Amino acid sequence: MTPAAIAQIEPIATPQIEWFAVSPLLVLVGGALVLLTAAALARSRPPRGFYALFTVVTAALAVACSALLWQRVTDPARGPFTAIGGAITIDGFSVFFAVTITAAIALGALLADDYLRREGLDGPELYVLMLLSGTGGVVMAMANDLIVVFLGLETLSIALYVMAGLHLRRLESQESAIKYFVLGSFSSAFLLYGIALVYGATGSTNFGAIASFLAGNVLASNGLLLAGFALLLVGLGFKVAAVPFHVWTPDVYQGAPTPVTAFMASASKAAGFAALLRVFVSTFDVYRLDWRPLMWALAVLSLLVGSFLAIVQSDVKRMLAYSSISHAGFILVGAEAASDRGVAGALFYLLAYTFMVVGSFGVATLVAGRGDAEHGLSAYRGLSRRRPLLALTFTVLLLAQAGVPLTSGFLAKFYVIGAAVEADSYALALIAMLSAVVAAFVYLRITVAMYMGDETDEPEAVAGPAVRVPPAAALALGAAVAFTIVVGVLPSPVVDFARDAVPALLSAP
Amino acid sequence: MNDLGFPLLSALIVVPVVGALAIALVPRSNAALVRGVGAATTLVVAALSVWLLVAFDGSDAGFQLGEKYTWIADFGIAWNLGVDGISLFLVVLTALLYPIAVIGVRPHHDPKPYLAWLLLLEAGCIGVFLSLDLFLFFVMFEIVLVPMYFLIGGWGYGERVYAALKFFLFTMAGSAFMLVGIVALAFLHQQATGELTFDLVTIAEAQGSIAQTTARWLFLGFAVAFAVKVPLFPLHTWLPDAHTQAPTAGSVILAGVMLKLGTYGFLRFGLYLFPEAAAYFAPFLVTLGVIGIIYGAVVAAMQRDLKRLVAYSSVAHLGFIVLGTFAFTTQGLQGGVIQMVNHGISTGALFLLVGMIYERRHTREIAELKGLQKAAPVLAGVFTVVMLSSIGLPGLNGFVGEFLILLGSFPTRRWWAVVATVGVILAAVYLLWAYQRVFHGAPDEANAGTPDMDRRERLIMAPLLAAIVFLGVYPKPVLERIEPAVDRLIAHVEASSDFSKPEVAATEGER
Repeated sequence: MTPAAIAQIEPIATPQIEWFAVSPLLVLVGGALVLLTAAALARSRPPRGFYALFTVVTAALAVACSALLWQRVTDPARGPFTAIGGAITIDGFSVFFAVTITAAIALGALLADDYLRREGLDGPELYVLMLLSGTGGVVMAMANDLIVVFLGLETLSIALYVMAGLHLRRLESQESAIKYFVLGSFSSAFLLYGIALVYGATGSTNFGAIASFLAGNVLASNGLLLAGFALLLVGLGFKVAAVPFHVWTPDVYQGAPTPVTAFMASASKAAGFAALLRVFVSTFDVYRLDWRPLMWALAVLSLLVGSFLAIVQSDVKRMLAYSSISHAGFILVGAEAASDRGVAGALFYLLAYTFMVVGSFGVATLVAGRGDAEHGLSAYRGLSRRRPLLALTFTVLLLAQAGVPLTSGFLAKFYVIGAAVEADSYALALIAMLSAVVAAFVYLRITVAMYMGDETDEPEAVAGPAVRVPPAAALALGAAVAFTIVVGVLPSPVVDFARDAVPALLSAP
Repeated sequence: MNDLGFPLLSALIVVPVVGALAIALVPRSNAALVRGVGAATTLVVAALSVWLLVAFDGSDAGFQLGEKYTWIADFGIAWNLGVDGISLFLVVLTALLYPIAVIGVRPHHDPKPYLAWLLLLEAGCIGVFLSLDLFLFFVMFEIVLVPMYFLIGGWGYGERVYAALKFFLFTMAGSAFMLVGIVALAFLHQQATGELTFDLVTIAEAQGSIAQTTARWLFLGFAVAFAVKVPLFPLHTWLPDAHTQAPTAGSVILAGVMLKLGTYGFLRFGLYLFPEAAAYFAPFLVTLGVIGIIYGAVVAAMQRDLKRLVAYSSVAHLGFIVLGTFAFTTQGLQGGVIQMVNHGISTGALFLLVGMIYERRHTREIAELKGLQKAAPVLAGVFTVVMLSSIGLPGLNGFVGEFLILLGSFPTRRWWAVVATVGVILAAVYLLWAYQRVFHGAPDEANAGTPDMDRRERLIMAPLLAAIVFLGVYPKPVLERIEPAVDRLIAHVEASSDFSKPEVAATEGER
């Protein structure tokens, strides 16, 4: 090419990148890369617990960056802003999810530490994948564009597929990975198709542009758009495990290594809801009359199916999996309200739920013993005598999931019920509370096994399999219980945090 | 802060919690210290309740000694406590019944968690009676389930797991309706007035801010929760199981205090928040109450298990209280409140006595007990007095309550009162019949060696007997403190509904 021809080529406009805005992402990705490189180059094995410690420190750094961002977006003089050419939004909402997902990473890493050694799987892989997967989740929450949502979702999911299959010697783990991968790919396809249809109907994939197009134009025939809504809801509904897109959940949760299940149930669900809330409640606000009934149906189905099917399980991991479906129903109750209070309620619920569910699966990790196999209800029999503190921990977390007052779980339910009632969804509020009673039966069954074994079998119960509580896991469980109770008693700071984290709708500059 | 310069009401709730935490810190092996801390805590609370009794101004109809601290500012939720003539004696009852239940009955195993749960339960029960914030009330109302669940499930008898689950789920299902009702009430109040608050007095005094039909629906939501707790027929089926399988102290607290959470809820939250709806649904609720009186008595007469018999007698007694509450007359409400206290004392005492019999004979089957009077005369004597109090013999406390309820309900709910009177006779039938079978006759070999009450047992029954006689002979100091609050509540109902108190009752009330 001649110099003259080169001079004629227009330079590609690369967007201005504000590094500060993406600092939580950079920390997480950077941490993952450093860990991977260092582990590959190191001559000798690092000291025990190094990987987990490194992951927790990385997560803490990401939280620190998020705190700085929070200061900036809540400063009335500056407020929320978009970055990277309008591809991502930095607002209270994305910072809230950055914190939630990072917390899940830290807790998951603490649980994984001893688990990997116990199962003979020690290595940096799980931690690296967890950091990367979490990064994808944060990207989903920050996304200001449907394509970015998809990118985040894929980053999140692909790492999770591998994590689910990480326990090489357990057939269930392999099965879980394949099942999750195949069904997950389907759901990604649905999501992508939905994105295409919405793009076709509105002419943009940017949230701000879509919203202003929908607000400013009346579509003569909106079939394309509504079909896009439906497909998006299928794709995101799969990620949050809402009925009827939940069928993978019990099998995958049961088969995956338990710390991975803990991470999956918390971070992946949070990321899915981040996208769901931003896309539907915020971006498609004008069309709320069209999507609210869909959300209503998803919520009711998730609540009822989740809580009723949990009853008939005999495997604690499956019980928790079904209960996580009914929790998704509760969060959908907040989404269905389509109001600021509804979103704030869903956020509060997700943060509270993250600690409850990681803690619960954390207890399951410890009780399962070597081989990650003892998940039957019988493994919990007499736990109160063998491990009183562990039994008490599990009890607190289960009662919180049931929505007993003075726990974060109760306030979470109170918050979303309040939003539903404010939006006149009385029936939904009532169905949700009654399904909580059904779900409570499941949690009580587990406490019965732990505390109220028959007196006749007491000697065997006391002599049941020994349960070891390693310090890292104890730290994670302690954090989960402390958060659950402290937020249950003094919720104001978290209530304010969730209230100020309502998504901002910004157009590309 | 109140005039006392000391947060007395908060202390009544916080002290048991502190006691429970202290017990949690004592090593499991040191059972004596655990028991000591438990007993000391209940005695401190009892002393505080006596202080409350002294500090209470009997001529004031409103809420006294109020304390209010912001809790969740974003929702207008506050730690808001207060006491009036209706809640005063229920708090005192709880605080005084507790040392008796804790010191008088020893658990069969694991005293440490047992006492910790009991103390948490005490905090919750007192909290329910003192809450003046709808959210706080719900928190307290619901939190009591957890300790009671573990007490029944961990220290109960045969079918304890089934009973504990049933108790928990029934009550929680009722509460689900109430929670939606509470939230709806707060938001509807916000829509009408622009202020989001869960303050009971603010919402109750703003009558008319909620449409009549809506208020009726909301009342039903609250009523379901209270009806399960009372329990009203046909939602009572958890009660016989829970009472029978619970450990003795659990039964005493369950019958003595926890059933009153429902009847108290009707008074404080049903009538006060929704006077019009309460008047509208009163005939329906009174009917359920009267069905409970007759049904409870008939079923009690059929029981072969002594503890189950006492449990069913509660259904009948609580029916009376509902009848008095929804009579909307001074005497009816006064009778309802004092009958809550009476039932707590008599039925609590009956459960203690049945527990003592079980400890001696390891059975509660009426058929296997015979002629205990010969073997244990003091036990029989105490049982007689308590039983007669439960029947409503004049001169004992039960008579005062039942008489006032019948007197108060006759002008406004005439035919219901007539039917309820039959219940008084039926109570005599099932209790006297049971007494005959258990205590009369010549003891057979198994019963002959039954030991009599020891000194500790006599010591814990003495205050209960004293209360039974005192309230039966001289109820005036109690009644005159209840009256102003009750009159204020009736005036509130009259002002907001088309109900008006009949003349006869009005002049009686001004006496």
